[in-house]
Amino acid sequence: MTYTLEGRTGPWEIVCGLEVHAQVVSKAKLFSGAATAFGAAPNTQVSFVDAAFPGMLPVINRECVAQAIRTGLGLNAEINLWSRFDRKNYFYADLPAGYQISQYQHPIVGKGEIVIDLADGSTRTIGITRLHLEQDAGKSLHDQHPTKSFIDLNRAGVALMEIVSEPDIRSPEEAGAYIAKLRQILRYLGTCDGNMEEGSLRADVNVSVRRPGEMYRTRCEVKNVNSIRFVMQAIEAEARRQIEVWESGGEVQQETRLFDPNRGLTRPMRSKEHAHDYRYFPDPDLLPLELDPAWVAELKAGLPELPDAKAARFQRDYGLSAYDARVLVAEQATADYYESVAKGRDPKQAANWVMGDLFAALNRTGRGIADSPVPAASLGRLLDLIADDTISGRIAKQVFEEMVDTGADPAAIVEAKGLRQVKDTGAIDEAVARVLAANADKVAEYRSGKDKLFGFFVGQVMKAMAGKGNPALVNEALKRALS
Amino acid sequence: MNAPTGLTLAEARAALAAKRISARELAEAHLAAIEKLNNLNAFITVTPERALADATAADARIARGEARPLEGIPLAIKDLFCTTGIRSTAASRILGTFIPPYESTVSARLWAAGAVCLGKTNLDEFAMGSSNTTSAFGNVVNPWRRRGDNRDLVPGGSSGGSAAAVAARLCLGATATDTGGSIRQPAAFTGTVGIKPTYGRCSRWGIVAFASSLDQAGPIARTVRDAAILLREMSGHDPKDSTSADVPVPDFEAAVGQGVKGLRIGVPKEYRLDGMAPEIEALWQQGIAWLKDAGATIHDISLPHTRYALPTYYIVAPAEASSNLARYDGVRYGLRVEEGGDLDDLYEATRGAGFGAEVRRRILIGTYVLSAGYYDAYYLKAQKVRALIQRDFDEAWRSVDAILTPATPSSAFAIGEKQDDPVTMYLNDVFTVPANLAGLPGISVPSGLDASGLPLGLQVLGRAFDEETVFRVAAAIEAAAGFDALPQLRAA
Repeated sequence: MTYTLEGRTGPWEIVCGLEVHAQVVSKAKLFSGAATAFGAAPNTQVSFVDAAFPGMLPVINRECVAQAIRTGLGLNAEINLWSRFDRKNYFYADLPAGYQISQYQHPIVGKGEIVIDLADGSTRTIGITRLHLEQDAGKSLHDQHPTKSFIDLNRAGVALMEIVSEPDIRSPEEAGAYIAKLRQILRYLGTCDGNMEEGSLRADVNVSVRRPGEMYRTRCEVKNVNSIRFVMQAIEAEARRQIEVWESGGEVQQETRLFDPNRGLTRPMRSKEHAHDYRYFPDPDLLPLELDPAWVAELKAGLPELPDAKAARFQRDYGLSAYDARVLVAEQATADYYESVAKGRDPKQAANWVMGDLFAALNRTGRGIADSPVPAASLGRLLDLIADDTISGRIAKQVFEEMVDTGADPAAIVEAKGLRQVKDTGAIDEAVARVLAANADKVAEYRSGKDKLFGFFVGQVMKAMAGKGNPALVNEALKRALS
Repeated sequence: MNAPTGLTLAEARAALAAKRISARELAEAHLAAIEKLNNLNAFITVTPERALADATAADARIARGEARPLEGIPLAIKDLFCTTGIRSTAASRILGTFIPPYESTVSARLWAAGAVCLGKTNLDEFAMGSSNTTSAFGNVVNPWRRRGDNRDLVPGGSSGGSAAAVAARLCLGATATDTGGSIRQPAAFTGTVGIKPTYGRCSRWGIVAFASSLDQAGPIARTVRDAAILLREMSGHDPKDSTSADVPVPDFEAAVGQGVKGLRIGVPKEYRLDGMAPEIEALWQQGIAWLKDAGATIHDISLPHTRYALPTYYIVAPAEASSNLARYDGVRYGLRVEEGGDLDDLYEATRGAGFGAEVRRRILIGTYVLSAGYYDAYYLKAQKVRALIQRDFDEAWRSVDAILTPATPSSAFAIGEKQDDPVTMYLNDVFTVPANLAGLPGISVPSGLDASGLPLGLQVLGRAFDEETVFRVAAAIEAAAGFDALPQLRAA
């Protein structure tokens, strides 16, 4: 159903497109050999090229180009074998050359698409307009000194991919799902770490509103929103603002705005913060970027399985539900973990353990799947102990907690704690006899037809055996004794 | 033997090899000449200590039998090339005290070949000019004077300091750069040889950029052979410059003296300008006759878009310059003028004080032609015309091997002449600019004197990466011209 916002005069539809800036994972910057690691001391990762010293020239970093191509392929997009770098000219203290090298007219990647997953289980396809490579600027720090601004050029020249969507997004939820899916694909590809807190992924949000069925109205751009939650809030806030403008008889002006998360409102940027004539022209220091189709094919062949394909395979090969499959492929590491547990075992049971006990343990211990206290191989061995009746599923939970706490191997825990399942029918019969004797009243009730009490007896017997009784044998023995 | 400063580079090389002279003697003689002719203002920075240290090291290598191709040869470097530890100013106030922590690829190659560094030569500010009068360090004086006229003349520009230094025997050769004629025009004005090689032949890394798609380094020397020797050492692929060509560097010197027999020389009718001085036309005809006598065939050709070259150049070059010079903002290095206020005030104060009038004019032109609403009419159109000019040459190369033209429309003019109107000044580049737009090699060879006794040059253009043919033709002209006039102001 179409998402609408209710105005005073009726419903309004949101039209939204996103420009996501994704920092490319690469050791060196887009046009210089300087390092890109996050968190280094200010101005320690700056080459003469980055600082735009006289006579310095840019040289394209092949790995950054490869990453852009991989991303394009991962978005099912056209790879442009001929692309070009332009200069975007403007003056700012953290832009050393006075221009940013970007791809204005001829991006490296053309049209593609992303299938987004919505909360109700449905999917929608959002078009990708283009992806281009560009340099990041440095950072201006205005809060370090009462009258001066400080400049950190570590980020200057770092490669960004600007990924532009079509105006296909119709709700804050879809925008959130789009960024989440894009982030997931980038992380699978290893082309962007997707870390929004560190600024590796930032979004400019284009928003307009319209009456259902209308053509597009004027849009505004909300710049530099740095979390999925803020993107969703910014869209709603900006849409509500525009509705108010239209409904009070005004006209929305095309402009660039900023989102203030504290107040939940957008405000116009000061004119000095934009209002540029960027004077784009082809960068004469760089030749056009011409790609060898064989190289593109090689990169394509080296792409990992992406989340949608993986989820489909999980459903097909492991018989998982769409929901379970989607949860398990959310992160590449989780999917890998799951697959190594599921391999040669009951895949549904493996999924339950990973999504249930393991996720709970990770939550509790504050650790990620990559440094899970229980490695996949150990969880696999635990499942094997259940499968060969060494322990029951219930005991397995206990063993698992022990594994989380101590990191010990499940078999060792079972032995050390004497948790091996009891299959000795003599011991079971003895426990059954004790339980029946202690509950003579319940036995009488059961025999007079209260069948439901069978479960109670099972529980009592298991309790008497400290949970170690083989459930099938316990059932059998009870049935025999009660018949 | 001639005085050390009177030697050609090739003669000095032979004398050093034969140990008839030491590198130190050669360096000292040139340092003395620089000091004596200080009033030419050819140098912005002289590096005597460095020169003597280089020369001492060169003598040691020669003694060990380990001489490299330019061992002990004293050279001057245009102050547009960044040199480690030596102030590199681009003749601008904005870089007036800038000392680079790196060495340009071209100068590094020369030092690696054993050359001795005498210092940094004067130029038009940021290489923008044809008279060397826009330098923040004062104008350069041409060593030549008109017969019976004691007025100072301009040496041409922008490589006026390099050309004057070579002409006045202050060095055996010098580096220069050519964006629209900045090597060839001053060479023509000073009776020296200057070659702008093919775009991509020499690395631009470490050279202060003027217009990146046009800038190209090259040598100025006193003979064609000397220019060939220097160009070989300056050339070569550099992975640090994406526009540097990965092509082999031939032994250009070997081409000198191969003669022009059978070469087809084109004479483009569009280079015959209305109102061109008759002596320029006469010199051109003389050049044609020399080459015919030497066995070349002469062919009338047409380069139909020539008349658009100058306007095209004066859109493309300022456009690129306006962007290239944005980095001089007072934030990280160079001049900074703080008068309070905000960031924009810092920019305005710094750039207003740091750039001279001509540089400011070109930044404004460049900014204008790239602006929204004007881009298509100016910059984009200029790019299209540039492609047509390139196509003209491609056509020509189907029928000729080299092209002969005058180098300049006039001889050197007096300081102050032609300066009422920038467009008159820009006309100096009318014959040289097309080679930059097409990326082709071009050389200026001194070929005669005008009526007032000033040198005039002929220009030879060649196919991309065919400097060898250019050198062959130039050497034939040089031999036929027997140009042996000397400038009035000179050492030795």
